Amino acid sequence: MNQVMEIDRLNLHYGDFHALKEINLGIPEKTVTAFIGPSGCGKSTFLRTLNRMNDLVPGVQIGGSVKLDGQDIYGADTDVEVLRKRVGMVFQQPNPFPKSIFDNVAYGPRLHGIRDKSRLNDIVERSLRGASLWEEVKDLLGKSALSLSGGQQQRLCIARALAVEPEVLLMDEATSALDPISTLKIEELVRELKKEYTIVMVTHNMHQAARVSDRTVFFLNGELVEAEETEKLFSNPTDARTEDYITGRFG
Amino acid sequence: MRMSNKTADRIATAVFYFFAFLIIAVLASLIGFILYRGLGQISWHFLTSPPETFKTGGGIGPQLFNSLFLLVLTMIITVPLGIGAGIYMAEYSRPGRFTDFIRLVVEVLSSFPSIVVGLFGLLVFVQYFDLKFSLLAGALALTVFNLPLMVRITEQGIRGVPREQKEAGLALGLTRWHTITKVLLPVSLPTILTGTILAAGRVFGEAAALLFTAGMSSPRLDFTDWNPLSPVSPLNPLRPAETLAVHIWKINSEGVAPDAAQIAAGASAVLILTVLLFNLGSRWLGRFLYRKLTASR
Ligand SMILES: Nc1ncnc2c1ncn2[C@@H]1O[C@H](COP(=O)(O)OP(=O)(O)OP(=O)(O)O)[C@@H](O)[C@H]1O
Ligand SMILES: [Mg+2]
Repeated sequence: MNQVMEIDRLNLHYGDFHALKEINLGIPEKTVTAFIGPSGCGKSTFLRTLNRMNDLVPGVQIGGSVKLDGQDIYGADTDVEVLRKRVGMVFQQPNPFPKSIFDNVAYGPRLHGIRDKSRLNDIVERSLRGASLWEEVKDLLGKSALSLSGGQQQRLCIARALAVEPEVLLMDEATSALDPISTLKIEELVRELKKEYTIVMVTHNMHQAARVSDRTVFFLNGELVEAEETEKLFSNPTDARTEDYITGRFG
Repeated sequence: MRMSNKTADRIATAVFYFFAFLIIAVLASLIGFILYRGLGQISWHFLTSPPETFKTGGGIGPQLFNSLFLLVLTMIITVPLGIGAGIYMAEYSRPGRFTDFIRLVVEVLSSFPSIVVGLFGLLVFVQYFDLKFSLLAGALALTVFNLPLMVRITEQGIRGVPREQKEAGLALGLTRWHTITKVLLPVSLPTILTGTILAAGRVFGEAAALLFTAGMSSPRLDFTDWNPLSPVSPLNPLRPAETLAVHIWKINSEGVAPDAAQIAAGASAVLILTVLLFNLGSRWLGRFLYRKLTASR
């Protein structure tokens, strides 16, 4: 299958701390890849190298290469803003802007230069439909995003990310702050979204990884231990450490 | 024997209530006293007429205008500088010696006694830059005194924006500049604005820094002449201008008009009312903006 992103010998240091060690991984197009592993093993750190959100951290050093469609995103000619447009992100805590629902979704497109009202309307509707939120909010577009429930806010954040038409969507424990029903909704949504987008998600919940992902990657202490088809990894892991983790012997 | 936690809690609560009431009582009696003495003096005539030196019946018109105009001038200088520096401190400065140094300068500046700022203004703006006793010299002195506060207000406002909001902007592919202007500033605007108006109240009541910069006299003003270059125009920034606070100080110490005490009382009441208005206005505006910007009705 076509690899959208290819990570080659990636190393990351926070100051003296070696947080990611020699990571090699391919992320196939239009699939869901899940990252699992105990707390502090580097899942978020790795996810954030994929759209260069770690650039913000003072004292971070990154070696190796991360390619998006064959181009090194850490290369000198990479435009970080264009990269982040192509690789969108949804965070653990829903973080809508304190603005109206409409303005939240229209935010990215507007700042990327789309002014035309009817085009914005189209984008907002399409993105909200894409995030399975349209039916619930179509009559409240002018209301504050903060008036929505947590689960709705998270889907709004997904819609906001979709509105700038990314190719890859990164989700860092996007359901961990939500109730079970909202979580199921988002899982359903992820299965729907992979028809058009490549999705990489961090999850603390192995059942969630098993339910929604095509491939699962297990991290431990900054190392990539195993990357496999989800079914294979959960039924018949190659590495003993993976087996220990998924059977609940640690972490 | 140790007190039970509950008893300790009750005592602490009572003590805090006591202090809170004490502060409120002191404040209320202070304001009440000033208003009680001064409110009776306030009339349209009082607010609009020029002062009299030897006769009764003088007003505070030019002084009131001077205070307001000086405030506007000061804010025109301070707000852009303060917000710019605040953004730098919050978003661009890297931890290190240089940043620490700037922070130290800001702290030291903000703890300068205002009379010292006034003397500095006299030496630098009035004499060295030859601005004479003028509104501009006064505004620059007030800038020295107000800028640190503006920097701090802005920096705190921007740092107060949750990290998630900032990351949300960046993750949408916004440039750093757009993230600052379109995410951080709007979210922190109510805070910054509230702080700015409070700072304005402080500027409005300042006297010591203005004695030797804006001066203690006001030329005859012609309120029909709005050409800022004309020496009798109220808008001329290079004319000397006695402000309300300075005027109060002056008539209290050397006023010879028979009603000097009443004038001072009236002027004090006007000053206090205006500062109160700033405070209430800042709260109201902050809440209004917050609701407006966040579309939460
Ligand atoms: N900004 C930072 N500066 C220094 N060290 C950091 C920083 N961010 C993370 N780390 C360290 O890097 C390691 C990996 O952190 P990371 O957040 O990627 O873990 P994680 O797998 O996402 O954990 P969790 O499941 O708890 O979210 C941890 O040991 C953490 O302490
Ligand atoms: Mg994490």
